[in-house]
Amino acid sequence: MEPERRAGRQGPALSASELAVAVARATKTWPNGTRALDPVDLDVRRGEFLTILGPSGCGKSTLLHLIAGLEAPTSGRLAWWGGPFAATGAAGRRLAMVFQSPTLMPWARVNANVRLPLALAQAPREEADRAVADAIWLVGLAEFERHWPRELSGGMQMRVSIARALVNHPDLLLMDEPFGALDEFTRLRLDGELADLWRKRELTIVFVTHSIHEAVFLSTRVAVMGPRPGRLIAEVAIDEPHPRGEAFRLSTRFAGYAQRLSQLVAQACGGETADGMPAAEAP
Amino acid sequence: MNAAREPIERWRIVAPIVVAIGVLALWQAWTVLDDVPTYLVPSPLVVARTLVTDAGLLFASLGVTVSIALKALALAIVAGVAIALVFVQSRWIEAAFTPYVVLMQVTPIVAIAPLIIIWVRDTQVALVLCAVVVAIFPIVSDTTLGLRSVDPRLIDLFRMNRATRWQVLWRLRIPSALPYFFGGLRIASGLALIGAVVAEFVAGTGGQGAGLAYQILMAGIQLNIPRLFAALVLITAAGVVFYGSTVLLSRVALRHWHESQLDER
Repeated sequence: MEPERRAGRQGPALSASELAVAVARATKTWPNGTRALDPVDLDVRRGEFLTILGPSGCGKSTLLHLIAGLEAPTSGRLAWWGGPFAATGAAGRRLAMVFQSPTLMPWARVNANVRLPLALAQAPREEADRAVADAIWLVGLAEFERHWPRELSGGMQMRVSIARALVNHPDLLLMDEPFGALDEFTRLRLDGELADLWRKRELTIVFVTHSIHEAVFLSTRVAVMGPRPGRLIAEVAIDEPHPRGEAFRLSTRFAGYAQRLSQLVAQACGGETADGMPAAEAP
Repeated sequence: MNAAREPIERWRIVAPIVVAIGVLALWQAWTVLDDVPTYLVPSPLVVARTLVTDAGLLFASLGVTVSIALKALALAIVAGVAIALVFVQSRWIEAAFTPYVVLMQVTPIVAIAPLIIIWVRDTQVALVLCAVVVAIFPIVSDTTLGLRSVDPRLIDLFRMNRATRWQVLWRLRIPSALPYFFGGLRIASGLALIGAVVAEFVAGTGGQGAGLAYQILMAGIQLNIPRLFAALVLITAAGVVFYGSTVLLSRVALRHWHESQLDER
């Protein structure tokens, strides 16, 4: 049996080796003056499955883009494994991202798409061949590696996108509502597969979603955000053992977490603070 | 799953052929029954006969015109793509030079051709340049648009993987631009031929290097209407072949991935 992994390292003192990303008082204001993000403090711990949950327009994608280094914060700072963004990309500090849509190159076959990060890094050929085959096998598309993206269903294209993100063994995987555009059945299946991948590969994942059920099912910890301006309003640990099966989805504990998160989101949208609710655990 | 690989439906080929045969038959019947003089409207059979009897003269001229058009098209592709690549390097460059590309496009070639023919000593070169001026615009504008029409999330992905400017251009911008480029090429191929013919008209070059336009001009003056029609048929046929080749080329290049090739039959 797989060793259980639990959330719950919640002490304030996190050593640098346990931290993947530290976000400190980071804000984002767009050039037109829109405040996308009020000061946010957030730690991403090694090995955790952190979900950023919130309604549309709460700045969760903006926060993810800050963590991905695609946007610079207007004020505040971020650190990746204790260092600057420029130091990422090296072994032990690799970032990868999965977008809302598969974002595949339509002119390249599945294996060429998956190979992209290695090709850009000019990895040695044989090593790349092995890593690509491995990643494609991991997402269950071994028979489809010579297919063109448009020959695949939406769910399969998403798997290709995940394989591409996993191909260079990222130390932090960022996912921006990856299954939001898929049908319910495909989404449930991919959620399950993602949880397995996280557990077996000991990934660190930051996952953005507006689905409360997805957040509860997948995460070790959920950061709840509120809109206008985007801000972090609470953190909730989902202190349940992995792997989580269908039984967990149907349990009262699952419903309890879901209800708590849904109240937090509702209050955030009402523009109130999370008064009387479990206080945010972040400093 | 793959419409592009299915055989083309037969009626899509048969229907236009039926129309052509019908029109030719009506035309033939009309010229015969109405006793239309050949120097006004020659019958299809007379035109066909002229194509055979004047073959030496006409096909030599066709060769000249097609060679001018092909050279112009090649030059327009090279220069047009180069200009587009420069344009996408900076919005400033594009903003500064686009009006002049448009200016070149909107000025009628018949108005510029005499100047080019005066300035350029070699007439053949002058004719090629005229055709380039006509054909280059769609290549520049479509390729520029294509190089810019890259999925912004793919750009993000490349940035996260620390792709160099060169890698972004080669692995992302150029493949993204291909469908647009082929769209421009389709139009440019026809324009190159038109440009070549118009320039020949203006230059009025005869003798050894006489193109089809010259044959049409002379046939008109000599009231050799069957030959005029025959030359016209050849130009049109050349245009169709040009267009068809670019369609085929784009289909071969894009068949696996681009939407434009999915439902086309």
